[in-house]
Amino acid sequence: MGTARAMLEVRGLYKSFGSREVLSGVDLTVPEGSTCVVLGGSGSGKTVLLKHLVGLLKPDRGAVIVDGEDIVRLEGDALARVRRKFGMVFQGAALFDSLTIFENVAFPLRQHTGLPEPEIRARVHARLELLGLTGVDGAFPAELSGGMRKRVGLARAVIMDPKIVLYDEPTTGLDPLTTDSVDEMIKAARAHLGITSVVISHDIGSAFSVADQVCFLHDGRIVEAGPPGQLRNSSHPAVRPFLQTWFGKT
Amino acid sequence: MAGPARYGPRSLAENVGQGTLDWIAGLGAIFQLLGDVLRLSVRPPFRWANLFAQLDFVGAGSVFIVVVTGTFSGMVFAHQTSRAFEMFDAEGLVGPTVALTVTRELAPVFSALMVTLRAGSATCTELGTMRVTEQVDALETMAVNPVHYLLVPRVLSGLVMVPMLVLLFDAAGIAGAYGVAVHVKGLSAGTFIERTRQWLEPADIFEGVIKGAVFGLTLMLIACYRGYHASGGARGVGKATTQAMVQAALSVFILDYVVGVLLH
Repeated sequence: MGTARAMLEVRGLYKSFGSREVLSGVDLTVPEGSTCVVLGGSGSGKTVLLKHLVGLLKPDRGAVIVDGEDIVRLEGDALARVRRKFGMVFQGAALFDSLTIFENVAFPLRQHTGLPEPEIRARVHARLELLGLTGVDGAFPAELSGGMRKRVGLARAVIMDPKIVLYDEPTTGLDPLTTDSVDEMIKAARAHLGITSVVISHDIGSAFSVADQVCFLHDGRIVEAGPPGQLRNSSHPAVRPFLQTWFGKT
Repeated sequence: MAGPARYGPRSLAENVGQGTLDWIAGLGAIFQLLGDVLRLSVRPPFRWANLFAQLDFVGAGSVFIVVVTGTFSGMVFAHQTSRAFEMFDAEGLVGPTVALTVTRELAPVFSALMVTLRAGSATCTELGTMRVTEQVDALETMAVNPVHYLLVPRVLSGLVMVPMLVLLFDAAGIAGAYGVAVHVKGLSAGTFIERTRQWLEPADIFEGVIKGAVFGLTLMLIACYRGYHASGGARGVGKATTQAMVQAALSVFILDYVVGVLLH
């Protein structure tokens, strides 16, 4: 991993909403093909950080470099071009509730490619099958369980073969078995598709299961970063109590 | 938590001032959105299926309530004017009076209000729900411009379909008035038709159609703007929809006067 080039870099990122500073100089580097998990408590700014990575929010200052290109000042078509490198799995899946599962997954292909319908159908079915979602093509998102919706969200996120996939709290609110299946799908996306992943989470077990690198966001900064084993032994006063809730107090 | 409430002339002035500034900012944002919609509406990709779906929803879906509203408006108006004109022995003017009022005023205003209630509220709620459930963010991350994909077909559908509904209202209103005047009040059919043809001119119908286009554009623009910028979960969507309905309805009445003056 040490020699892989950076696919994502965040440098000195600051963001305030009104008088409240949410990000206070975040620095983060994610090597190509790796999975980086950003841990942190509720309200620590994890989702705000994630939205900066794909240009949904503009920072007050700092740089967000995607595949060698600073996206902070990009707008319109230039930003859309960079966004095609991304897939994003939202906390609530954010599936279009007026479209069927098939139409949701096919949506990016229909918007951005001139592929014939049989080719689109084949690609969508292949991705759904890879993620264990067969026989749900005609269902609407409201008819699926939370775990299935997240998997459909991932299928939609990777249908265009993106270089980077962002996951916003992918296991929040899921039962342990479904959490395991979501973890497996994140690992599968990396193993089979070579995707660079950033996972925002406060689920410690899931984070240590999927991560190559774990970063801890606290008070608007990354206060600890490293491989899971290294972070587990952290003595940082914010990180240690957080991890003890999972690994025990001894 | 909110601080203690402040009263007195100063806080009143501050509230009025802030309200005025917010109103101006909101108006500016809506005009900016109009510019974006117009610019993007002539730019590919042209999503015809989306546009036709919205034309169907706003137009075809509103036919029933517009016809019912138009018919009964014409009937009521004919009934009331008949009673009044009887005093002057001028029942023959019922047809043109109703026709001119319907085509110039009632059809555009009532059609726009019906579309506001039916399609405007649904549009605002749908967009607001898409916003708070991150479906709009999802579109952006998929490099699809949400204004282009979601708002352009909705605003254009208001611009195109409300004038057509105005024509439908015209027909239903005059037919309703004919029914009451001829079959209830005993006016001769020939008098009703001839007097109406004598007084009603294409310019009167055109005035209503122009107003319908302005109202349709405005009400869908407001519904889209409020829904698109909704925040704060279900409560925020409800608040946005209420604001959209009130602003759209008020705009229809204000614009009715403005457009009426400009056209004359």
